[in-house]
Amino acid sequence: MLDKELRSMIGDVKDGRMDRRAFIQRLAAVGLTAPAAYQILAFGGVAMAEGPSVYKPTKRGGGGSLKLLWWQGPTLLNPHFATGTKDQDGSRLFYEPLACWDPDGNMKLVLATEIPSTQNGLLAADGKSVTWKLKPGVKWHDGKPFTADDVVFTWEYIIDPATAAVTVATYRDITVEKVDDLTVRLSFKKPTPFWADAFVGATGQILPKHLFAEFKGSKSREAPANLAPVGTGPYKFVEFKPGDLIRGVINPDYHMANRPHFDTIEMKGGGDAVSAARAVIQTGEYDFGWNIQVEDDVLLRLEKGGKGKTIYAVGGDTEFIALNFTDPTTEVDGERSSMKTKHPLFSDPAVRKALSLLVDRESIKKAIYGRAGRTTANFLNGPEKFVSKNTSWEFSVEKASKILDDAGWKPGADGIREKDGKKLKIVYQTSINGPRQKTQAIVKQACQKAGIDVELKSVVASVFFSSDVANPDTYAKFYADIEMFQIPMSQPDPAQHMRRYHSSNVATKENKWQGTNFPRWVNKEYDATIDAADGEMDPVKRVALYIKANDLLFQDTVFIPAQHRLKVEATANTLRPVISGWANETDNLFDWYREE
Amino acid sequence: MSQYVLRRLLIAIPSLLGISLVLFVVLALAPGDPFSELATNPNVPPEVAAALRARFGLDDPIYLRYLHWLSAMAHGDWGFSFVSRMNVDQLILQRLPATLYVIGSAQLLALLIAIPVGVYAATKPYSLFDQIANTLAFVGFSLPTFFTGILFILIFSVTLDWLPFVYTTDIKGTGIRWVLEMIRQAIMPVAVLGLFQAASMTRFVRSAMLDVIRLDYVTTARAKGLGQAKVIVKHVMRNAMIPVVTLIALQMPAVFGGAIVTEQIFRIPGIGSLLISSILSNDTPVVMAVTFVFACLVVLFNLIADVLYGWLDPRISLR
Repeated sequence: MLDKELRSMIGDVKDGRMDRRAFIQRLAAVGLTAPAAYQILAFGGVAMAEGPSVYKPTKRGGGGSLKLLWWQGPTLLNPHFATGTKDQDGSRLFYEPLACWDPDGNMKLVLATEIPSTQNGLLAADGKSVTWKLKPGVKWHDGKPFTADDVVFTWEYIIDPATAAVTVATYRDITVEKVDDLTVRLSFKKPTPFWADAFVGATGQILPKHLFAEFKGSKSREAPANLAPVGTGPYKFVEFKPGDLIRGVINPDYHMANRPHFDTIEMKGGGDAVSAARAVIQTGEYDFGWNIQVEDDVLLRLEKGGKGKTIYAVGGDTEFIALNFTDPTTEVDGERSSMKTKHPLFSDPAVRKALSLLVDRESIKKAIYGRAGRTTANFLNGPEKFVSKNTSWEFSVEKASKILDDAGWKPGADGIREKDGKKLKIVYQTSINGPRQKTQAIVKQACQKAGIDVELKSVVASVFFSSDVANPDTYAKFYADIEMFQIPMSQPDPAQHMRRYHSSNVATKENKWQGTNFPRWVNKEYDATIDAADGEMDPVKRVALYIKANDLLFQDTVFIPAQHRLKVEATANTLRPVISGWANETDNLFDWYREE
Repeated sequence: MSQYVLRRLLIAIPSLLGISLVLFVVLALAPGDPFSELATNPNVPPEVAAALRARFGLDDPIYLRYLHWLSAMAHGDWGFSFVSRMNVDQLILQRLPATLYVIGSAQLLALLIAIPVGVYAATKPYSLFDQIANTLAFVGFSLPTFFTGILFILIFSVTLDWLPFVYTTDIKGTGIRWVLEMIRQAIMPVAVLGLFQAASMTRFVRSAMLDVIRLDYVTTARAKGLGQAKVIVKHVMRNAMIPVVTLIALQMPAVFGGAIVTEQIFRIPGIGSLLISSILSNDTPVVMAVTFVFACLVVLFNLIADVLYGWLDPRISLR
C-alpha cells in the first residue's frame, strides 16, 4: 500500500499534477516526510529544488553579536578529527560542505549550485556516481579561490589512513575526481541509494588544500590550521581557546546574498546543561544554549516569564533497552556473553515479550522527558518515511504476568517467578545519568509487580561508553542481561544505523568487542534484508526493507525502545535559529537571524 | 643557609619523580580511554579509534609510556592533548591568566578581611565584635563553595540581575570599560572563594595574635608606655604573622584545588575546569600535566615554607 501510494504521488509530481511542496506535505500527512524525500523524487526522475528559506533580513550584517553557549565546548576545530558533535559544531562556524539538511530534512545547497538528480543528469541512474557543480566565485577567508581541487584534496586527506580522520567511513569507499575547476564527480563501487553523505552536512566540511596539503597523513596533527581554521563560511575565525571560547567575525565576502545576519559570533563552552538553560532562558545572558538535556519540569519553571524558551527538533534518536541474547554469567574460553552460549531466560521469547510489556513508556515520558520525548514501539524512529506503522506497544503488568504464566514461569516462595530451577532474575545496566536512573526505577518497579527480580547497575559514562578492552563494564561487552542507552542517529538515512545489528557485526572477544551488534542477536532474515537494502536503488522498495528490518527487531524483542528523544535547545525569544533534527545545530547557521 | 636550601632542593627532586610515577600509573590504570566517544559513533569505524590509540602510544606498556613521558618532560616537551591535539603547555598557558586573576584576587580579598578582623578580634577577645566575627567565620568555612556559588548566582544574577554568572575571557570594549567589566564578572567567584578563605584565615590570625598578645614582652612594651596601636602593629602583629605567612604559603596549592569547583560553577576557563573536562574525557596528557603542576606547587610552597622557617629560626637549618 505504501509502495503504491508513493509511486502514484511520484508520478503526479513528475507529470506536474502536484508540486514538490505538496508532495512533501502529503508525505508528512501520511507520516512519511523525510530528509531523503527529495531523494525519493530524484530517483523517481523528478528534479529537486531546495526547501523554502525562512531567512528574512534584506542586508548583510547589522545583527550585532550572536552569543552561543555550548556546555561542552569544542576542543578542536578540524571537523575530520572531531571526537563529538561539539567539535563538528565549532568547525562548522567556519568550514562548509556542499550541501546540508534543513529542519524538514530537505537538502539545502551551500557550496554547490544544483541538487543532483537523474533529471538534471548529475545523478547517474544506476546510482553509481553523482556529480556536483560548485558555486563560482567562492573565496576562502584568506582570499584564495575555492575550487574542485579543494574537494578532491579533502577526500584524499581523509582516506589517508595515517591522517586517522574520524570521517573516513564516509569517504573510503568512494572515488572523487575533478571534472573541471567547478565540477567534481563522486563514484561509488556499488549502487548507493544514500549518495548524499560525502561532502554533505557536518561530516562533509571541506578543507582548503593550500593550507592542509603539507599536513596530510602522519603530519596531520601539526597543521596550524587545525587551531585556526580558514574556511568559506559565514564567519571568519578570530580566536580559539579549546573547551572555552571560539570567536568569529562576519565574512563580508560571504557567497550567500544578505547573509550572514550577525556581525560577530561567540561560542562559549563549559559548565552544565541546567545553568546553560538558565543563562539563555532566565537571565538572557546568552542567545542560544545547545543540547539542553534537562528535566522538563525545570525547563517549564525557567520559561515562566523568562527571556527565552526551549525549541525542539525531531530526529531519530531512540533511548532503548537492549536484551542480551547470550549468557553473561557463563564464561566460555575466557569470554562472557559468548556466542557459544544462549541466554538462559531470554531464549524463551515469552520472557522477552513480557519484559517489553513492563516498560511503561508513557510514564517515562511524563516523569522524565516531557516535551522532549515521544513514546514509540520502534527502534528506527526516523526519518519519518522509514518509521514502521506495523508496531504498537502497551504497558500491562497483567498481560505480562499472563504470558509468563502460560509459558510456565510460576512464582516461587519468594514471589520471583521460576521455571526448571531458573529464576527470573536479571541485571539491568546503564550509564550514570539522571533520566536513565529514573527510567531504571520505573522499569524495576513494574518488573517486581510481575514477579521479575531486577538488579540495577549503573556505570560511569566514561567507562560504559569506552572501548577499553580490559574493562568488563563497557556497553559493548554487555556483561549484563539488559542494558539501556542511546546511539545517536547522525544521518538522515538508516543504512549505517541498521547495519550495526547484522550478524557479521557481533561484538566478541575476537574483534576486541569492537563489533557493533552488542545484543549478539543473529537473524538470517534480518541480514538478508539489510544486505538487500544497501544496494536497493528503488527508494520505495528500500523504505519497505528498512521498515521490515525494524519490524524484525520488534518481533524478536531485541530492543525495547524506552523513548524517541527529540533535540532540545534553548533560545532567546528574539532569535530565529534554524535547527534540524538531521543535522548539527550550527549546520544552518547562515539562516539564523534576530527579530526585534 | 645556602647549603640548607640546596639540601631541600635535592630532596624535592626524588619527591617529584615519585609523585609523577604514582600519578602516571594511577592514570594509566584508570578505566576509560580518550577515544571512547568515537566508539559509540556509528560513522566512525573501530579501526580509526584503534589507529589513534596506536599512534598516540596508548597501547604501549605503562613503563615505556612513563619513560617516554619523563624524557619528553626533561626536554621541556609536555606532550599534546589527545582531545584537542594541541600542545599541553600551550593549553595550560591559555588557562593560567583566568586562574591567577581569580585566585589572586580571592586570596587578596581573604587577606584584606582576615588580617584586620582577626587582629581586632584578638585585641578584644570575647567582645561582641569577636563573637560576631567568630560566628561568621564558622559559618563561612562550614559552607562549601559549590553551595555559596549557586546561592550567589540565584541572588545576584537571577533574582536581582546585577551580575553575569558566565565568565568570559572575551570582553567587548577597551580601556576603563574593559577593566570594569573584568571586575564585574569576577565579583561573584572572587567573593565566593575569598570569603571561604577569609573565614578560616580569620580564625587563624586571631589565635596567632592571642598567643603572642599574652606574652611578657608585650606587657613590658605596654608598661613602658607605648600606645596601643604601636604595641599591636609593631610588637604583636609582626611576631604573630610568622605562622600566618607559613599557613598562607602552604595553603596556596590547596587554593588552586579549591578553585576547581568555583571555576566549574562560574564557567571560568581556568586550570581547574581544564582538569575537570580532561578527566571526564580521559585526556591523560593534560590530566598528568595539570596534576603534576599542582604537585610541583605543593613541593615548591613547602620548600618556601621550609626556607622561611630556616630564615626565621636559624636553628632549623642547622639540624
